[in-house]
Amino acid sequence: MSDLKSDDLLKKSEANPAGVQGLSGEVSERLPGGAVLEALFSLQRREGYLSEEGLSYLSSQLGIPLSQIYGVATFYNAFSLVPRGRHQVCVCYGTACHVRGARSILERLERELGVKSGETTPDRKFSLHLVRCVGSCSLAPVVMVDGRVRGRLKVDQIPQLLIGYE
Amino acid sequence: MNHILEELRETGRATLYPGKTKISIGLATCGRAAGADRVYEAVCRFLAERSLDWTVTQVGCLGFCTKEPLVMVHVPGNPRFVYGPVNPDDVSQFLEFTLAGRVEGELLLGRIDEDYNLMLDEKVSLLDSGVQKDSRGDREGWEELPLLSEIPFYRRQVRVALRNCGLIDPFSLAEYVARGGYQALALVLKEMTPEDVVDLVFDSGLRGRGGAGFLTGRKWAAARSAPGPVKYLVCNADEGDPGAYMDRSILEGDPFSVLEGMTIGAYAIGAKEGYIYVRDEYPLAVATFQEAVRQAEGNGLLGENIFDTGFTFRVHLVRGAGAFVCGEETALLASIEGSRGEPRPRPPYPVEKGLWGRPTCINNVETWASVPPIVCRGPAWYRALCWSPRASAGTKVFSVVGQVKHTGLVEVPLGVTLSEIVHEIAGGPRGGVGIKAVQTGGPSGGCIPASMFHLPVDFETLTEAGSIMGSGGFVVMDEATCMVDIARYFLEFTLGESCGKCSTCREGLLQMHHLLEKITQGEGTVADLSTLRELAWLVREGSLCGLGKTAPNPVLSTLNHFRDEYLAHVREKRCPAGVCRALISFYIVQEECTGCQTCLEECLAGAISFHSDGYCLIDEEKCVKCGTCADVCPAGAVRCR
Repeated sequence: MSDLKSDDLLKKSEANPAGVQGLSGEVSERLPGGAVLEALFSLQRREGYLSEEGLSYLSSQLGIPLSQIYGVATFYNAFSLVPRGRHQVCVCYGTACHVRGARSILERLERELGVKSGETTPDRKFSLHLVRCVGSCSLAPVVMVDGRVRGRLKVDQIPQLLIGYE
Repeated sequence: MNHILEELRETGRATLYPGKTKISIGLATCGRAAGADRVYEAVCRFLAERSLDWTVTQVGCLGFCTKEPLVMVHVPGNPRFVYGPVNPDDVSQFLEFTLAGRVEGELLLGRIDEDYNLMLDEKVSLLDSGVQKDSRGDREGWEELPLLSEIPFYRRQVRVALRNCGLIDPFSLAEYVARGGYQALALVLKEMTPEDVVDLVFDSGLRGRGGAGFLTGRKWAAARSAPGPVKYLVCNADEGDPGAYMDRSILEGDPFSVLEGMTIGAYAIGAKEGYIYVRDEYPLAVATFQEAVRQAEGNGLLGENIFDTGFTFRVHLVRGAGAFVCGEETALLASIEGSRGEPRPRPPYPVEKGLWGRPTCINNVETWASVPPIVCRGPAWYRALCWSPRASAGTKVFSVVGQVKHTGLVEVPLGVTLSEIVHEIAGGPRGGVGIKAVQTGGPSGGCIPASMFHLPVDFETLTEAGSIMGSGGFVVMDEATCMVDIARYFLEFTLGESCGKCSTCREGLLQMHHLLEKITQGEGTVADLSTLRELAWLVREGSLCGLGKTAPNPVLSTLNHFRDEYLAHVREKRCPAGVCRALISFYIVQEECTGCQTCLEECLAGAISFHSDGYCLIDEEKCVKCGTCADVCPAGAVRCR
C-alpha cells in the first residue's frame, strides 16, 4: 500500500525482533524479560514450526534445559511442534463471533480446505486454526488470514477469502 | 523541559489543523477488517489523479465500529464531517461531493464543530480556527446536520481513556502533545513528590479497569513502600476476554497515553524499568506501541534523564504467545520471566514479590491511559464524573457487541444503566427478535437477563447480579441465542485455557463440560443440573487463580436466570432458541420458497433436493443442521423447529 506507516512498521516488527542470534552472549545472571518467547517466535518464523533440532539449539544458546524449553513451547497456543502451512487461517471463536455464527464459518472453511481445525492441507498451503478473540468483535464473525482480519463475513464469502494465496 | 513540549505542540497543531482539506481514515484493526485500508488506497489514488493538495492521515478507532470504515473530512472553516460506512468502491463519488462543497447526506453520521482538549479543558473551534477558508466557501446549511456528540451513540459518552482515539495520528507524538499530552508528566516531575502522586491517584478513587477493580492508589502505595532498590512496573495488555477490545483500541489509537501513564506510575512507585505484555493476536497494537516507545525515547520523554530531571524509566515490550491464563497477574509475570504461564498462590502479591522476586506494580492498559487526565484535572474532577452513588469513580470503556444494531466501543460514566447502554447507545436489537441478556466480564462473568437492565453499571451492582464488570466486554444476546449453549461455549473456552495446575479446575471443568454437552445433545436429566451446581462450587473453592475461581460463573448465572431453558432441554428435549443441533430440525415452507435453489448449492451435506413443483425440500436424515440454508435463503423460507 502507498505510504501507510503502520504497514511498514508491521513488516519491520515481524522481521526484526531480538532473534536467536541476538541473544547469544547475553546470558548473564538472568535472561531479559520476554527473551525465551521472542527466541521461540524467531525460530518458528524461520522454520515455520519448532523443530527438535531448533529447540535443542535454543536450549544450548539460552542455557536453559531442553525440557524447560519444551514445557514453554507446548504451553502456548502460538507455537507449533509440527510443520505448518504457508498461510495461517484463523477463525475467531470469541463470544461475539460465536453468537453471530462462527461455527458455520468454521464448518465452511473445513469443507473448503478439506481439513479440521488444527490441521494443515496436504499441499502445505493453509493451516486452519481456532483462535480466541482477535478483538474485532464489532465486526463479528471474523477470520484472520496471515494477520489480516476480515470482518462481517457470510458463509458464502468463504471461498473468495482463500483466493490469492500461493 | 517546556521548550521540548512547546516545539512538539507547534508541530502537532500544524498536522492536526493543516490549513487545507484533511481526510482522516480510521485504520485500527477493526477499520481494516471492514476495508479501511482499501479506502485509504482509493483516497490516495483519487488525490493523485486530480493532483489535489489535501492531507490524508490515518487515525485510530472512533468507537462507532458498526459504521466502519469511518472517514472524516475537514475543510478549513467548516465543521469536521464524519462519514460511515464508506465503501472503497464509493470513494470517488464521495470525494466528488466534498470537492463540490457538498455533504454526502446518506453516509453522514454527524458533524464536529469543535475539538475538546480534555487535559486542558479547552475547546478548539474548527469553524474559526484562524486559518484561511477554503476557496469554495462555506458548506451550505450544515447547521441543520446533526452534531456527532448529540447522536444517540455518542450522547451519553464521556471520553477520558479514549480521549484521543480516532482524533489523532497514533504514530505522531507531536499530535498527542498538541492535545495536552505529557502535560501531566511535566507537572508530576516538576512539582510533585512521588508520595503526592500516589495520594492523588488514591484520592481520585480510580480502580483497576482490567477486571478485579482493585483501588489503584492502594496498589501504588504498597509498591512504593515495599522495601528494596529495584522495582518493576508492568502494563497488562494481554486482553484475553473474548468480546473485549478496548485495550487494543487504545494501544492502536493512542499509545502515548499508556506510555505517559506508565511513566507517571514509575515515578510514583520508584521503578526504573517497565514491561508491557501484549497479546500475540494484536500485531498492529505491538507495532504501534513499539513506535511510540521509539519516538518518546527520541524526544527525551522516556529513557534516561527524562525532561532533564534525572528521572530514568525504560519500557520493554513482551509479546504473549496465545494463553488466556497469562492475563492473570502472576501467570503474566511467569511468562515474562520465560516460564510456562502458570499462576502461583497469592500472597505474596506482586507488589511485594513480583517480577524476579522484586516488588512489581501491574495495571492494565485502560487504567494507565486514565492516569494523565486524573493528574491534570485533579481527583475531584475524576470522582465527579461517575453517576453512581456507590464506591466507583470515573468512566469505563465498554465494548458493546453481539446482537445489537450499533456495535462499538463506548466510554460512559460508571452508573449508567444497562438499558441505556444496550437500548439507547447501541440502538437495541439488531435482528427481528428481542434482547434476552447481556453477557459481561467474559469467561469469568455471567449473563444478566433483560429484566435486570434497569441496574446501574458499577463494580458492586454487577457482582450482586451474579456477574462481574470485568474488563468491559458486553456481549448482547437475543432470543436466538441459547443460554445453555453459551454456558457450554464458555466452559469449552476455560477448559481449553486451564493451565492444568489445579485438579479441581482441570478435571472439574471437564466434567461440567461433559454434562453441558449431554444436555445440549438432549440426553440430560434434571439431576444433572444439581450436579452442575455442586461441581461449580468445587471448582470455585478448590482452584488457585481467577480463571478457575470464576470459570463456573457463566454456568451458575445461566442456571439462576434461565433455568426454564435448561428445563426445556432436559425435560422436553427442546432448544427454545433453535441452536442446539440435536434438538432442532430445519424445514422449508413450500409457499414461501421461490425455487432459486441457492440453499441446494450451498448445502454441504447434500440434504436438499428440488421438487418438480418448484420448491426445495430438506431430507432430515441427511441434514447436519448447520443452518447454512437458513442463512443463504433470500426469501427467508427456511425455518427451524
